Order: sequence, then C-alpha cells, then structure tokens
Amino acid sequence: MSDSHGVPQQADLAPGDQEAVSVKIRVLGYLVGLGLAVLLTATSFFIAGTDLVWQPSIPVAIIVLAIAQMGVHLVFFLHITTGPDNANNVLALAFGLLIVFLVIGGSLWIMANLNERMMPMDQIMQMQR
Amino acid sequence: MMSIAVAHGHDAHVIGLEDAAHEGPAPKRIITGFGFWIFLLSDIVMFSCFFAAFAVLSGQTAGGPSGAELFNLRNVAIETAFLLLSSFACGMASIAAEVRSHLWFYMAMAVTCLLGLGFLTIEFREFADLVARGAGPSRSAFLSAFFALVGCHGLHVSAGILWLLTMMAQVFAKGFRADILRRFLCFALFWHALDIIWVAVFSVVYLLGSAA
Repeated sequence: MSDSHGVPQQADLAPGDQEAVSVKIRVLGYLVGLGLAVLLTATSFFIAGTDLVWQPSIPVAIIVLAIAQMGVHLVFFLHITTGPDNANNVLALAFGLLIVFLVIGGSLWIMANLNERMMPMDQIMQMQR
Repeated sequence: MMSIAVAHGHDAHVIGLEDAAHEGPAPKRIITGFGFWIFLLSDIVMFSCFFAAFAVLSGQTAGGPSGAELFNLRNVAIETAFLLLSSFACGMASIAAEVRSHLWFYMAMAVTCLLGLGFLTIEFREFADLVARGAGPSRSAFLSAFFALVGCHGLHVSAGILWLLTMMAQVFAKGFRADILRRFLCFALFWHALDIIWVAVFSVVYLLGSAA
C-alpha cells in the first residue's frame, strides 16, 4: 500500500461487478452459489413436507433457510460483499432492509394486536341484530 | 486541521484518508449500477408491502380453500429450479459479456430466456387452474393477496424477458459497447433480484402456506 499515493486508486465497484479475477474462478463462484442455493432450497422443501422434525420448529426453519439463501444469492450472484469498495452498495442494502423489516414487522405486529383486541365475530353479529 | 494538512502531504494512507483522495466523479458504470441498485431496493420495498399484506391476510379464507388445499408443491419445486438455473445462466452471460464472447453470450441468454418462459408457463397454468376451480382472486382476502403478490412477481419476470430479448438484439446490432454493457449490468442485477424475491415467495407463500 505504500506506493498507493499518486497511482490511480482502486475505485468503488458497481453492484454486480466483481474484482478482476480469471474466468475460471468467476465460473467457479457462480457454481458454488448454485450449489449452496440448491442445497438450501432442497432442505426447505424437504423440511416443509417431513414428519421427522418437531412440527412447531418448521416455520422458523423455513424462514431461516430462506434468509440464508437470499444471502447466498446476494454474495455469489449479485456480488454484494463486505469489501471496502462495496461500502456504498452495502449501505444502500442495509437501509432497504431496515424499511423492509419495518413494513413487514410493523404490519404483522399492529394487525395481530388489532385482532387480539377485536370483539369475536359472533358477538359483533349479535350487536347488529 | 493538522491531520488534513498531513494528508495532503505524502502519507495519506497512514492516517486512513485514502478514500478522501479520490479525484473527479466515479466512472459511469459505477454510477449507473449504483442507481439501478437503489431502484432494485425500492422495488424490494414495494414487494415487502405485498408480503406484509399477504402475511396479514393469509388466514382470512372467508370459508374458501386454504393454501394447504390449493398448492401443488411439485409445480413450485419445478418453478424454483427453472428460476434458479436461469439466474445461473444469466451469470454465465455476464461472464461471456465480460470476455466479449458473442457465441457464449447468445447461448447463455437463450437458456436464461427459455428457463424464464418455462417458469412463466407453469405459473400461468397454475393461475388458470386456480381460477377454474373457483379459487380466483375474488374468492377471499387470502386469494386476493396471493394473486397480487405472486402475480406481481410474474409481471416482473415477464418484463425481464422482454428486457432480455432487447439486450440480445442490442448486442447483436451494436456489439459489446460500453453503454450496452452498462444496460446489461442492470439487466443482470434485475434478473438476480427477481430470483431473490422468488426465494421469499416460495418460502413464505407456498412452503409456510402448506405447512400451516
């Protein structure tokens, strides 16, 4: 790094772009991503239909596997990594995830709360008579 | 102030100010890619609203059929495989574009397109089958949310296929020019992002829907 001054700096990376590596390594990267994604998908489908695991754990397992697979896609297909030249892309992603979390978590929370506080439907019918 | 004065000297890296030493605007490819990345994230935020609506309404079947009675997981597994493989083929097309190989580019893009069309065919037949069985979008709140969410993803895939064909035509007519390559970068991001959204769709809608 001591000779970095005066030399054009390594610029940021566009999302989807990779550092310069050989074609072989890039194909290998996509193959690894495909392998991991197939593994996670197959596990998801297997868990959804099996009686082998404790039933209440299934929804949690499916969600965790889905999040893991999205991570695999991000890293191996979209090349969003934690490298310093990717900081802008990661920050944008983090902000997007914050909004997604607020929208989904907030909707579920508020609607569950409303459902809990609402009078049961048959009583509402009684009142309308 | 003192440290900044030092940074303008000859050892900027010592105090970690290398990033401040950039000169001029970033290359156009980075600006385009970043802008499209922002669009994709806002598209994902829009999908999150559909997901929130679906999650809230998934139990409101109004006496109609529930997901467990309607969904055919074998079809969903085939759809998932098609979309995942087409995402992989799109990655191969990215590499082909980078090494400027016309033959590999057209082949990878054709495979991407065919797998995408296969996905759409299966999805369309599933929708037609549901409507024919009286489980159309007007049957219950659950089915409205289902058709809105999965249909929105399907519309994105259709738009992606039109874009894919456009990219093949542009590479054919204009070659691997810098501006064409920028457009292709955006297309590849779009296609991979659609696969990410499909992961959420098959997990939340189909697998959770038939497990519960």
